[in-house]
Amino acid sequence: MEKDTHLDIYHQMVLIRRVEERATELYQQGKIGGFLHLYIGQEAVSTGLVAARRPQDRIITAYRDHGVALNVGIPATQVLAELLGKATGMSKGKGGSMHMADVERNFWGGHAIVGAHLPIAAGMALADQYSGSNGVTICMFGDGATNIGFFHEALNLSKVWNLPVLWVCENNRYGMGTAVKRASAVDEIRQKANGYGIPNAAVDGMDVMAVRQAAGEALEKIRAGEGPFLLEALTYRFRGHSMGDPERYRDSSEVKKWQENDPIGIYRAYLTAEGLAIEPELDAIENSVEEEVQAAVQFAESSPEPAPEELFTDVYAA
Amino acid sequence: MPRITMRQAISQALWEEMERDERVFIMGEEVGIWGGTYAVTKGFYDHFGEKRVRDTPIAEAAIVGAGIGAAMAGLRPISELMTVNFAFSAMDHIVNEAAKMHYMFGGQMRVPLVIRTVGGGGRQLGATHSQTPDAVFAHFPGLKVVAPGTPYDAKGLLKAAIRSDDPVFFIEHATMYQVRGEVPEEEYLVPIGESKIQRPGRDATIITYSKGLDWSLKAADQLAKEGIEVEVVDLRTLRPLDMEPVVASVQRTNRAVVVEEGWRSYGVGAEVAARIQEEAFDYLDAPVLRVAQKEVPLPYNRTLEQSALPQVADVVRAVKEVL
Ligand SMILES: Cc1ncc(C[n+]2csc(CCOP(=O)(O)OP(=O)(O)O)c2C)c(N)n1
Ligand SMILES: [Mg+2]
Repeated sequence: MEKDTHLDIYHQMVLIRRVEERATELYQQGKIGGFLHLYIGQEAVSTGLVAARRPQDRIITAYRDHGVALNVGIPATQVLAELLGKATGMSKGKGGSMHMADVERNFWGGHAIVGAHLPIAAGMALADQYSGSNGVTICMFGDGATNIGFFHEALNLSKVWNLPVLWVCENNRYGMGTAVKRASAVDEIRQKANGYGIPNAAVDGMDVMAVRQAAGEALEKIRAGEGPFLLEALTYRFRGHSMGDPERYRDSSEVKKWQENDPIGIYRAYLTAEGLAIEPELDAIENSVEEEVQAAVQFAESSPEPAPEELFTDVYAA
Repeated sequence: MPRITMRQAISQALWEEMERDERVFIMGEEVGIWGGTYAVTKGFYDHFGEKRVRDTPIAEAAIVGAGIGAAMAGLRPISELMTVNFAFSAMDHIVNEAAKMHYMFGGQMRVPLVIRTVGGGGRQLGATHSQTPDAVFAHFPGLKVVAPGTPYDAKGLLKAAIRSDDPVFFIEHATMYQVRGEVPEEEYLVPIGESKIQRPGRDATIITYSKGLDWSLKAADQLAKEGIEVEVVDLRTLRPLDMEPVVASVQRTNRAVVVEEGWRSYGVGAEVAARIQEEAFDYLDAPVLRVAQKEVPLPYNRTLEQSALPQVADVVRAVKEVL
């Protein structure tokens, strides 16, 4: 892998972290409304997946979507503008935190009904199979989503039709406040794929290189026509489920333990240990991200509100 | 003009659109080898092959959800739900995904999907298999809802639905597949979102659609023998609702009755009556009446079932009441 690629990956992970830290402040100031589900702690998963994909590979995820949005290259300006509900957001301020997408960048959202985007991902994979494209659809979802019927209908269909889809479960140990063990009949989520004859693997979701490697291998198998694959990324969310989560369901010692495994720290240590980057280079990235985010916040805050007539546009395409 | 059945008209629409556009395909339970549970896609599997006529597992959320995804990715899927009663298992995808996708992402995504399904009671199938919940689906902005009452409209509207860039919920009626009507040989489309006068008259206006059209036209025939001429307006599309011909008609006749098969409360009749009083209050000489299904889950017993469903006699009675 090229050095520039490494530095770009580092940049992406730091960017997600800083954008969300600023978003937290903006939320506390009342400038962001609704829900705000932070990705902090899980950055290695989306970053590794996007690093492994080819341009023709679609990616679709749940409401915890700021990471993917920034990974695929949506400028932080647009991400923050969407969070502030501004006309310059990628969804014109109509979607908000949970509904980010950029079709041009093959990022298909941002879906807020748990599990509902899994059948949709199967349909997009079907479209690629139907039209002879060699694209693979990467579909991310939480551990909680594997308990809803949509997951099972989608996995079954994907195998029956041999669809080119990479199912990625981000097992961050909780669905809101409910631990995996309390909600799922099996706590090793990937076992569920066995019931559908879908090959599967687990990966350390705090290690961006491991995610990239595992996803890359899976994508090539799928691209070769081997059908769907399920990857379980073992990860952890460092913050509450959304804003204002009292976190009664876990000990702060557990959170602390995981924070020692910070995906950005792990990657930084890897880059320096392997001689792929030196500390000053990485510090320079951190500084440039600070400036980038600062400018993006300014852009978002000074952007216009959607025009009143926007209320009625886009209800129908025609 | 040839007189063909509703089944043939719908089948022709699907066939012609599949011949015309490679992106159009059908998926659903028993649409392929079986030929469709209402025999609408008979012969399709052999002609178009399993890629374009896809038998699915019994998984309604996946049938609609995969249709949405394929549509977003540029195909023109037709997701068939065996009957509308099973659409409830796909409700999330119809309501939360198909109807919202275009708006919620600021116009970035399109869902040119047709969900074809079959509704209606009267066949002694019991409460779970006899519903006419059309109004439920018509409640959601972002979805288009079509329910034709003649073979001509069924064919033209289905072709328009397949070419539409928006998701269309297309409701056929289980007891109307044998209804015959004139359908031209040449190609034509019927635009979505236009109501139509199916029978002109001066004394009162009946507003109806789907199976209600059949009852209303029969009632109009009976009333004509007594010298009462009713105008029958067929909504054809429930969303977007075209009130223009309805209002114009009521302005001429000053009396209105809404006829539908679904339950009265919160139904199509409730909406149309409200719109009439908003848009033509000064023209009304009588309250707007509704003929609709009794407020019970439909029973199996034939006599009980028929007494719960609207009858031609109910329509005749309602018209006389507003005169
Ligand atoms: C169908 C549905 N039920 C409930 C909710 C409310 N809800 C939002 S997120 C969530 C937990 C999901 O957990 P998981 O899939 O593990 O994702 P995570 O939040 O951990 O990323 C719930 C219950 C919802 N959005 N959709
Ligand atoms: Mg979770």
